Amino acid sequence: MTASYVLSMLVSGLKLGSIYAIVAIGYSIVYGILRLINFAHGDIMTVGVYLVLVLMNSLGVPVVACIVISVGFSVIVGLLIERLAYRPLRDSTEETTLISSLAVSSLLQNLLQMVFGSQRKPFLLPNWLTQSHKLGAVSLSTINILTFIITAVFLIALYFILTRTKIGMAMRACSENMNAARLMGINVNRVVMFAFAIGSGMAVIAGVLLAGEYKTIYPTLGFVPGLKAFCAAVVGGIGSTGGAVAGAFIIGLAEMLFAGLMPASVTAYRDAFVFLLMVIVLLFRPNGLFGHAEGGRS
Amino acid sequence: MNNVKLRDSNLFRLIVFVLIPLVFLISCGLKPKSYLTGIVVTIGIYVILCASLNLINGFSGMFSMGHAAFMAIGAYLSAFLTLPSNVKENMCSGLPDWLIHTQAPFAVALIVGGLGAMLVAVLIAFPVVRTKGHYLSVVTLALIVVVCAVVDNQESWTNGSRGLNGIPAKSNIVSVYIVMVITLFLLFRIIRSSYGRGLIAMRDDPVAAQTLGINLVRKKISCFAISAFFAGVGGALWGHYLTAISSSGFYFTKSFDIVEISIIGGMSSLSGSILGAIFFTVIPEFLAPLESGLKIAGVKLPAMFGLSNIIMALLLILLIIFRRQGLMGNSEIILESWFSKDTYLSLFKKEEYQKLAAGFKNLFARKKKQ
Repeated sequence: MTASYVLSMLVSGLKLGSIYAIVAIGYSIVYGILRLINFAHGDIMTVGVYLVLVLMNSLGVPVVACIVISVGFSVIVGLLIERLAYRPLRDSTEETTLISSLAVSSLLQNLLQMVFGSQRKPFLLPNWLTQSHKLGAVSLSTINILTFIITAVFLIALYFILTRTKIGMAMRACSENMNAARLMGINVNRVVMFAFAIGSGMAVIAGVLLAGEYKTIYPTLGFVPGLKAFCAAVVGGIGSTGGAVAGAFIIGLAEMLFAGLMPASVTAYRDAFVFLLMVIVLLFRPNGLFGHAEGGRS
Repeated sequence: MNNVKLRDSNLFRLIVFVLIPLVFLISCGLKPKSYLTGIVVTIGIYVILCASLNLINGFSGMFSMGHAAFMAIGAYLSAFLTLPSNVKENMCSGLPDWLIHTQAPFAVALIVGGLGAMLVAVLIAFPVVRTKGHYLSVVTLALIVVVCAVVDNQESWTNGSRGLNGIPAKSNIVSVYIVMVITLFLLFRIIRSSYGRGLIAMRDDPVAAQTLGINLVRKKISCFAISAFFAGVGGALWGHYLTAISSSGFYFTKSFDIVEISIIGGMSSLSGSILGAIFFTVIPEFLAPLESGLKIAGVKLPAMFGLSNIIMALLLILLIIFRRQGLMGNSEIILESWFSKDTYLSLFKKEEYQKLAAGFKNLFARKKKQ
């Protein structure tokens, strides 16, 4: 086991972590405002990736345009889901909305299965995205480098939105106390829609990066990575955006190092390891590593 | 006798909830190989699973989604005990010798499956009950991932992802429905005991319950264990019904199915699990022709695989928007009539017949008024 191998594992971990981070932020923002675990989040991501595939292969649209169209479409899907399945349940218990999101998730998965079939399909990005570059001891493809850049841009943009803009302040106010925010004249519905739009759009980008990595796509592609991103958000302290990012990098690094450095007989437990990690963190810090205890939320 | 309603008449309950289902079950039991009987057996197993889930989700205020994990443990344990020795030597050579040569009766295998699930439940309950609300649901989901990973990777015990097959087909309509009635009876007794009232108090207001002297942690762990026991038994029955099991059958989707049944019927009602299981199993049967391509008025619709799941998901969303408490709400009318002496004695009482007649009369009178 050479130093360069460990280094390349670290880089892969960071790469995985950045993809999780983009997804986890979507979970975290929505959870922060609505106290809703949006299980359909990972499936919105799959919908977007399938649209990219169709546009790219059947219509020959250039890949960047595909992604832009797909992000737009997924934002609409996300908003529709919020309007039809979550908004009527706004005043109900946590469990009810959880079940609603499970139903939406099953709906999207089966819809994709009905339209595209349940077989895996190849998902090949154009050559200029997949050719690899040698950077010192590790080799990275263009899309890997883009992953880091995109994540950094998203994080900076999100930080700017949350702290400097009116809608960002409204979002933070809503996650602090939704009723008080409403009394202050904030249009809560608009804030929730904005959160879903950001989450869905970013999920699609993450989905394309993930599918580009796996080079294959199937209807339940988004579900398990979605759950892992959710684990990341929980580990970091769900509801806190910075925590979600930190949690995502911790989970990504831990998963990659576990898969790369442990003996082969144990590495099959990779998924189980991620979830166990979350359980252990929850045991000692029930609100996540960076979350704070639930305040007086009315 | 002016304001007698049909549902208050013991005789009416006897006919609708006991006699009609019994006649139906016996007629199914006479044709054990038919397709309909298969559906009826599935319903029975789902009732066991869902009623045990309702004990946690509907009565204790926790929201578990890990039932598939307990099912898997029950199914594998009981398969280990009932598979013929030579099959076990082939598929699960890593098992200890005494287990390979053990052959247990079906009932013992079921109970051991349940106890195994219960043991795991007690072990994981300690971290689980420290979490609340959503976190608890996610931790129980994590349990499924862990159990499935173990099942997939302990190849010498479980034959890996290929799964076990050739499990004796001992789940038939008689065994399943006997276990179902016992399960429902025990669970019904539990929720109607002081223990059950404590659970409900904990669900409605944990702080108040604690001040009244209820030990919340002990209550949560024991409730989790009881529920897991029946889930293990249900999983074992499921394995003996399918005769072939693998980890993919006990993944998230199985858990979601049971949660869905519990929501349809009503989480806070054991009787609801019966209604929920019936609806959940029967509706897809009507939708199945759509999936394989249906001919309507000479127009051939294309085969749409997955359509029935889509329609079920839509129905579920509509149900929780418009009737959040599920079909039964808090009512236990079915189990109350099953397990009450009065229902059965009403056959021999004259005034019960008069009550039934009055009930029908009032029903028609009300119809006319409208």
